[in-house]
Amino acid sequence: MGHGAAGIVTDAPAITLHGECDIGGRKLFPSINLEIKAEAWTCLLGSSGAGKSTILRALAGLEIGGSFTGIITASDGLPLPERVAFMAQDDLLFPWLSVLDNVCVGARLRGDKLEIEHARQLIAQVGLGDQITQKPETLSGGERQRVALARTMMEDRPVILLDEPFSALDARNRAEMQELAFDLFKGRTILLVTHDPVEAARIADTLFVLSENGLTAVDAPDTPPIRSFEDPSALQCQARLLTILRGTP
Amino acid sequence: MNRMRAAMIVTAVIIAIWQAIVWIAGTPHFILPGPVRVASTLFDNLDLIGEHALVTVSEIVIGLLLGTILGIATAVNLATSKTARTFLLPVLVFSQAIPVFALAPVLTLWMGYGLAPKILMTVLIVYFPIASAFYDGLTSTPRGYLDLAQSMGASKTRIMTRVRIPAAIPSLATGLRLAAVYAPIGAIIGEWVGASQGLGYLMLLANGRAKIDLMFAALVVLAVITVALRALVNLFCRRVLSRWSSDLARVDETPRMV
Repeated sequence: MGHGAAGIVTDAPAITLHGECDIGGRKLFPSINLEIKAEAWTCLLGSSGAGKSTILRALAGLEIGGSFTGIITASDGLPLPERVAFMAQDDLLFPWLSVLDNVCVGARLRGDKLEIEHARQLIAQVGLGDQITQKPETLSGGERQRVALARTMMEDRPVILLDEPFSALDARNRAEMQELAFDLFKGRTILLVTHDPVEAARIADTLFVLSENGLTAVDAPDTPPIRSFEDPSALQCQARLLTILRGTP
Repeated sequence: MNRMRAAMIVTAVIIAIWQAIVWIAGTPHFILPGPVRVASTLFDNLDLIGEHALVTVSEIVIGLLLGTILGIATAVNLATSKTARTFLLPVLVFSQAIPVFALAPVLTLWMGYGLAPKILMTVLIVYFPIASAFYDGLTSTPRGYLDLAQSMGASKTRIMTRVRIPAAIPSLATGLRLAAVYAPIGAIIGEWVGASQGLGYLMLLANGRAKIDLMFAALVVLAVITVALRALVNLFCRRVLSRWSSDLARVDETPRMV
């Protein structure tokens, strides 16, 4: 693990999602086969309403507001939902809790013992060591999302599902958060749903675009993530993604 | 304290208009006594009015507390139990079709002239705004919070106590503010229907004996009590309930109807 803070992640599994989804009698997407590699970043792009978040919710075992027919399997054959942590565009911090209590909220919600020291370390790692007792309302959007990142790390789950977590941030915060998340989540299986081709081309090991016609695999850049903004292969990949997302004119 | 100054100016203007009407129309004091006369009656009868005010205040406070506790319990119960929603919710909604005031004579008939029917009247008036506001809050927890809690493996009970209830505190505060305004009405109606003490009783008594200045004096005290109760409840919402919501701490900045 980077920074040696979190517990050792054992056996982050690969995940396969095979199936289709109907919402209110309308086919959201036809039968797809999504292969999420173990211990790597898989990015899922696509236009709004294509069903990206639905896939993520299905993986997390959450209500999807429609019916998903198909199978979701982890490579180790164990059930998935209780091994998943998720992070959304909305930081979902509880306004009545301090930064520290928000990071510890999982243990509180389960009635587990609080690991305050570990939480403090994580908060320091995301750069908010001085704001530990503050309430979320006193933090900026970028800082709030850092707290959410620490909270996600605190859960210490092998699989992490990210639903556009950086899309509301300004360019600088977004880049910093990508780097931070890339470091912190090392060794875990990640699915990142994003609108942003720059982000996807920067961080992905595997790339997919979802549309009403199904899932299209897109070649990831041949350099290892996380890539610099000048990386030519990443720039080419961005161009490929933009072309696919734009569709045939 | 700009609002304080504004309130004082408005009060002064209203008193001036009141005095002006008395002077210009020359109303006899048994129809409309002037503010000076009311003030002197108030000070002459401070003991008498204070005694009755104490009774009314205890009815209001006890009724408000009981009604709030009952309302909160009902809301949590409704939000937790599907059975309660199926059977209790329609009854609750239908019960609001009955004007609570119409029950006052019956309550007095059943429970006598003591404090009990007035407290019950206050409870009945306070209960519904609390229960419905808090229930609304409990059932409109942001979807994301619930998703997060579920993905973290929280039990239903813990989701209720650690997410849904804290997230509904601002709604409870709204209900409480309404309740604080309604509570004195309940107590006074109860006293009008049948009582041997309390400000409502004193007002009826003074009215019957054409002591209109005494009636006005009691009315002024009642208004002061109502305003003080509102201020206390607002303070409680700002100081205590604001731990759950940053919005409540700022509430005083904007004028509100209730």
